[in-house]
Amino acid sequence: MLRKLFKFHGGVKPQTNKVQSTTQPIAPVPLPERLVIPLHQAVGGHPRPLVAPGDKVFKGQRIGGADGSLSSAVHASTSGIVRDVAPALMPHTSGLTTLSVVIEPDGEDRWGELDKVNYRTTPPDELRDFLRDAGVVGLGGAVFPSYAKLKPGKEGRLKTLVINGAECEPFITCDDLLMRERAADMLKGIVAMRHMLQAEEVLIGIEDNKPEAVAAVQTAIAASGQTGIEAVAIPTRYPAGGAKQLIRVLTGIEVPHGRRSTDFGVQCFNVGTAYSIFEALEFGRPLISRVVTVAGNVDLPRNYEVLIGTPMDHVVRLSGARADTDRYIMGGPMMGVRLPAFDVPVVKATNCILVGSPALFPPPPPEMPCIRCGECAKACPADLAPFEMYWFSRSKNFGKAQEYHLFDCIECGCCSFVCPSHIPLVDYFRFSKSEIWARERDKSSSDAARDRFEFKNFRQEREKQEKAEKLAAKAAATREKVAADSQAGTANPAAEAPDTAKPTAPSAEDTKRALIAAAMEKARQQKAQVAPKNTEQLSAETQADIDAIEARRAVSAATPPTPDA
Amino acid sequence: MLTALLVMTAVALVLGALLGYASLKFKVEGDPLVEKIDAILPQTQCGQCGFPGCRPYATAIASGEAEINQCPPGGEEGIRKLADLLGREFKALSEEHGVEKPKSVAVIDENTCIGCTLCIQACPVDAIVGAAKQLHTVVAGECTGCELCIAPCPVDCITMAPIVENIDTWKWRYPVIQIKQAA
Repeated sequence: MLRKLFKFHGGVKPQTNKVQSTTQPIAPVPLPERLVIPLHQAVGGHPRPLVAPGDKVFKGQRIGGADGSLSSAVHASTSGIVRDVAPALMPHTSGLTTLSVVIEPDGEDRWGELDKVNYRTTPPDELRDFLRDAGVVGLGGAVFPSYAKLKPGKEGRLKTLVINGAECEPFITCDDLLMRERAADMLKGIVAMRHMLQAEEVLIGIEDNKPEAVAAVQTAIAASGQTGIEAVAIPTRYPAGGAKQLIRVLTGIEVPHGRRSTDFGVQCFNVGTAYSIFEALEFGRPLISRVVTVAGNVDLPRNYEVLIGTPMDHVVRLSGARADTDRYIMGGPMMGVRLPAFDVPVVKATNCILVGSPALFPPPPPEMPCIRCGECAKACPADLAPFEMYWFSRSKNFGKAQEYHLFDCIECGCCSFVCPSHIPLVDYFRFSKSEIWARERDKSSSDAARDRFEFKNFRQEREKQEKAEKLAAKAAATREKVAADSQAGTANPAAEAPDTAKPTAPSAEDTKRALIAAAMEKARQQKAQVAPKNTEQLSAETQADIDAIEARRAVSAATPPTPDA
Repeated sequence: MLTALLVMTAVALVLGALLGYASLKFKVEGDPLVEKIDAILPQTQCGQCGFPGCRPYATAIASGEAEINQCPPGGEEGIRKLADLLGREFKALSEEHGVEKPKSVAVIDENTCIGCTLCIQACPVDAIVGAAKQLHTVVAGECTGCELCIAPCPVDCITMAPIVENIDTWKWRYPVIQIKQAA
């Protein structure tokens, strides 16, 4: 049966460079000397560390707990001893550090106790919590926690579940090899996801430059006897693997600005994510390893099953990096980011380590002025006008850039690829986006500061007023009391000045004097009440001493002092 | 002639009544310019401008009593925004009001703090917590870096620490424009 496929706007056809790394099966990687596992690997909150230096951990033991409403747990990739919990360099262009757990493997690679669930009998909420604690995140590159996406829309069921096996970036073949070798297991993960989402149909989109993968998945579907699941070969065109682009190609739905695909009954997951969901549900194994392509400037490009936290140079060494290697790129040549060092760890987002050299990736030709030819707009798969956004980003006119829907840009790099003036357009868009985010943060913090300042002023005013009211009320009460007393009669101990105690209503002067008298009387009473405090519960001896002293004092007070000399 | 005069008078009366009604109906409460200026100011409430807070300074700018270059935390960018808004010329930051510094937060040295509560009273945004004879601490997320707490501290235990860049606040750099050799 032939399915009607749709086209997305734009796109490019770069050289795929995929055959080099697909000749060999996925290979295991020997244990490295130490694993550095960053705690913050996925979109969302920073997981908190659950282990301390010196602790012994088992393979699959949770070392970072999910924190906040959107966060995903992190696990030990092998058994060993925690050597350190400290900031370490992360695989990110910035060269910044993040809190990481350093594990020295003991070589036994022993699993800890694993929780298992039956996804058919477990309620969806518990299943989602289980996947969150199993650290399952989107392995396509965005590393969005999967449990948050495994919620059916408002209707309670999904129309189409799209599984993304397109893998459109040049050089990367990790999904291709995963589908070829583990199609049956991946399919079990897909069936579980379909059950959670109550999806009517499942479409697995695979670019037609991967016929082996398409065949393997189709065989697996036939063998499983599942209905409503279809592997579809789609035309090879970058970026067919973008979620919105793949949904467009397979279903014809164009997700508009500001809406989500779930609003249209479609949700999209990567094939690697499906496989890790299978591992989590079937064996209770959390996400501790992934398939990583090593390609580019190496003697033997191929795919490896790499433990999360393995230093990248440890993996690349197996493929034999050539002498002129000068950089590692995480991801592909279109969207990948240059890494600050060779020994940064493999993380959940690492689909490919692209080994670069000046010969393979020569420095870009000098940037020329934009001639507004519109090639970028023709190539843009998000239907944007990159030359306009470039103009406003370059002049730091961020408001205008946003008006041209800068935040719908998926940073696929098609515009930079086709630009005849060799302008690094995506760099400008990334710069603009992060500037706008920073401004928004500043704005919200200054708004908060304004509110707090105004509240403090309000509070101080209120306190002042409350104090004044309290004093006024007290004064009024005393005045009333005095007035009542003086009216009652002259035999008032508080009114010491006898002349003022008249039976008629007291004048203002009299009230004042009476108030002073009352205050003095009160003070006198208070003074009389205050006795030295350390005279209670004295022992008999001390009491005797005190009595003796008192007696002596009385005697000396009675007899006048005799002149001594 | 008389008709023309009458017509014009009638038109003038009607329009006048309309304008009078509109000025009552659509009366603007307060000065919207002050709001706009206040939105640009950084809300550190530090008083370096010579006014007790950002809003009084905004009011002073709006009434022409203050220059636009008296706000060190807002820096050059802030002055530019104010110049744009008010249609005035850009001026360099006035030196007598201070210099632009990287954004910082106050940090209390917990070994030295004696719990006198003077800094708590000085903080314009209630970002310091503590009680008499109890250790005080700064809520870093709420601190605006105004430095108003430093002077009152009798034991000089408050220092300003610049905010370190982390992965959540990291920004992509402006793409480098290559300088080409001519010919």
